[in-house]
Amino acid sequence: MLHDGHVIVAAGRGAAPVFRAERVSSAPRTTAPADGTLAVVLYPKVAMLDGSQAHNAWLHELPDPVTKTTWDNYACLAPETAERLGVETGDVVRISADGVPAIDLPALVQPGQHVGVVAVAVGYGRLGTDRFTRIGPQWLESEPTVAEGGTVGRSSAPLAILDERGFRITGRVARVERTGRREVLACTQDHHTLEVPKHLAPAHGEVRDAVRTTTFAKWVADPAKAIARHRPPAADLWAPDHANAGPRWGMAIDLSACSGCSGCVIACQAENNVPAVGRDEVRRHREMHWIRIDRYYAGEGDATSASHQPLMCQHCANAPCETVCPVLATVHSAEGLNQQIYNRCVGTRYCANNCPYKTRRFNWFDYPREDRLQNLALNPDVTVRSRGVMEKCSLCVQRIQSAKAEAKRSGVALADGDIRTACQQSCPAGAIVFGDLSDPASAASRLVAQGRAYAVLGEINVKPSVTYLADVRNASAPQDAR
Amino acid sequence: MTTALPAVHPAPAHAPEKPTIDGDKTLSQVTSDVFSPIEKRASTAWKLSFTAAASALLLGVVAVGYQVATGIGTWGLNRTVGWAFDITNFVFWVGIGHAGTLISAVLLLFRQKWRTSINRSAEAMTIFAVMCAGIFPLIHMGRPWLAHWVFPYPNTRGSLWVNFRSPLLWDVFAIGTYFTISAAFWYVGLVPDLATARDRAKGIRKKILATLALGWDGSARTWSRYEIACTLLAALATPLVVSVHSVVSMDFATAVIPGWHATLFPPYFVIGAVFSGFAMVLTLMLVARKVMSLKDYITPRHIGAMCKVIVFTGSIVALAYLTEVFTAWYSGNPYEKFVFLNRAKGPFAWAFWTMVACNVISPQLLWFRRIRESIPAVFVLSLVINVGMWFERFVIIVTSLTRDYLPSSWSGYAPTLVEVATLIGSFGLFFTLFLLFCRYVPMIAASEVKGVLVRREAQRGPR
Repeated sequence: MLHDGHVIVAAGRGAAPVFRAERVSSAPRTTAPADGTLAVVLYPKVAMLDGSQAHNAWLHELPDPVTKTTWDNYACLAPETAERLGVETGDVVRISADGVPAIDLPALVQPGQHVGVVAVAVGYGRLGTDRFTRIGPQWLESEPTVAEGGTVGRSSAPLAILDERGFRITGRVARVERTGRREVLACTQDHHTLEVPKHLAPAHGEVRDAVRTTTFAKWVADPAKAIARHRPPAADLWAPDHANAGPRWGMAIDLSACSGCSGCVIACQAENNVPAVGRDEVRRHREMHWIRIDRYYAGEGDATSASHQPLMCQHCANAPCETVCPVLATVHSAEGLNQQIYNRCVGTRYCANNCPYKTRRFNWFDYPREDRLQNLALNPDVTVRSRGVMEKCSLCVQRIQSAKAEAKRSGVALADGDIRTACQQSCPAGAIVFGDLSDPASAASRLVAQGRAYAVLGEINVKPSVTYLADVRNASAPQDAR
Repeated sequence: MTTALPAVHPAPAHAPEKPTIDGDKTLSQVTSDVFSPIEKRASTAWKLSFTAAASALLLGVVAVGYQVATGIGTWGLNRTVGWAFDITNFVFWVGIGHAGTLISAVLLLFRQKWRTSINRSAEAMTIFAVMCAGIFPLIHMGRPWLAHWVFPYPNTRGSLWVNFRSPLLWDVFAIGTYFTISAAFWYVGLVPDLATARDRAKGIRKKILATLALGWDGSARTWSRYEIACTLLAALATPLVVSVHSVVSMDFATAVIPGWHATLFPPYFVIGAVFSGFAMVLTLMLVARKVMSLKDYITPRHIGAMCKVIVFTGSIVALAYLTEVFTAWYSGNPYEKFVFLNRAKGPFAWAFWTMVACNVISPQLLWFRRIRESIPAVFVLSLVINVGMWFERFVIIVTSLTRDYLPSSWSGYAPTLVEVATLIGSFGLFFTLFLLFCRYVPMIAASEVKGVLVRREAQRGPR
């Protein structure tokens, strides 16, 4: 033992940990507020937490996994409460509690929230966040992310309670009133369900099946019926004449595992030199993330549930973007990647228009800056894109290339798992698996062969290389009703 | 006695034609009517219009300059809507051009004599509209300084070549061909009149016109070659009436986006183009006949004929709208069905209903003779139709893009000041060029009008 310097402990020894409910102290209950007042719940956002990293633009621009809103904190209100107060998302409300200064925050209508609660994120309103005043492009109609000398969001600390029982983020009761002002929140998603608006739906309503969800009971009874919907087999006009000899890279994403935490989004941003563009540009729907988490609500009231779907370039075998580019700036690689050639791109944006997943991102302005310190954070393996070119997920092609080079150098064949994309690497749930789809033994291929596998928008026959595994839940989710 | 009359006045086989040109003009009167406006000093009305048009153009130049220097982000586009005002304007202007070609080429081949007094300005309108159109694909690029990459010429930029599968590439060819043929056709038709202008001019003006008139000598041989050249160019231009807008429509028809992906698009776009083009010809002609005192040459008969073309093409456009909706319903494709419900009832419903009101309902008023004969009514309708046809392209492009497959990506669109200024600038360019044309080029093809007069004189016999 001394010689080896370590001990090998046989697996399986020791008792399995037992959950002891009595050890968990019950959270201080919020008393049901009297009519007209709301219980304040302060919460940490998944990216901002206590705000100690509030000087990081990436975290501000990361859409919150539930609200999909960036660059702000806001007063979350249940739809019923908002209606009672006569406010809509973006209306500024004043939260006033006894003994603390009132706070003005834009409201955000949050389906599924308790009707007696106003929820506000902590960690905002930090001094020094006016460093983001000039983040993003400055032009004729641009608005600064933060006013000169201002802060990103407002501090909700006064609403916390510090007393003999310690520091608490719940327990205060506050009045919430309209102020009449409006502030447009920078939200990356405009439509929040998979259901098309009722008044625009064909006769029987319409639900799009980008996210497929079922219950465990249904899944056990008949997996095929639980997940797949009947689709006529898609016919190809031409025979597949491009034989694929080498690997065909692809991905499997397990929606059952994904919690929407968005770690992959930040990982991708760091790996691929994705710029943060500021609040105004996000409001204009010009965020640059190569991977996004789509969040769809289903059900109403207490039965509201949310599904999360990480979505990046699907690297379609029949890629609609490739046929329309006049200068061949986006082409297919022999390994199944849909490649974007920045140098060749003239910026017609036709590819982005024709992308059914809308995962392509355009450099509307010149985002790179001559900042020697900040630029040290850039990944030297990835090109920094200039103005006027299209960009998108490359499936971390730089990692593929370096793994291939390493395999060649060491003379060992590339093994499954040698290449891990940035999103895969950072996913705490292991929901994202990258691999060679032409190798039936690869982890990705084995997932794709599962009964839960489906392609998003498979019916338009673009043949995506990214496969999703349907979300199987224990409880009956409202969206199963369909 | 009575039996001798028919010999002197041979009765025409059908009812006598209404005169194409009013005012019982003699040939020399035609010459002076057509050429004096370009020889006199500019009128105040012209100067004011030119100032307005040139100011609009200047505004557009500033807007485009700012956009090219700063980035496409100065437009209201976003990750979901990659095209909006830019391609709307492009398709709108290409469409405007179509009537010019139809009038000057197709009607020439069909020997429609009423076209003679409007064909030159209609063809000029085509050229200027295509110039306006051509600017948009250029400036909509993220890196317009690399626009030459879309041309397939031997180069030293490595193995990369253009993508012949891309409809955008075919746009380049279609617009390039269209502009070249139209410009050549227009210029060849202009040569006899340039010669007349040359013969009436003095000094430096004469020298310039002499060069432009290509040594025209009025001999039978020159005329014969001129006729052959015109007919050949007309025959070349005729298929372009169909092909150009068909190719433009492929930008949409070959895409996977619901609302774009439709086989109906080529004929639908072509007829829409002729429809909007005739409306624009009417707008311009009604202004020109007033401002340039050409009432005898652009007569109610011309206006009536154009109104009839508009009501015909407008009805086909209406049929195309209905066919689109029917196809969406009959396809059983939920995405397609949604697109049309979204157009009619969604956030851009106002644009859709503007389009329907302007393009489907308003041209039907032209069934009434009283409206066809009222100049102000026709003028207003021609403007309304142009607005409607601009909205048609806006509706097709923007409503389809804002709400495609995945609801998470749905977004809105609103133009920025820069985009609006660019649209105004394109009108500025168009009217600046058209006013320069009115001022420096004989607006009416005098040689062709004289041909019509001579025929009529021959029909009528000696006075």
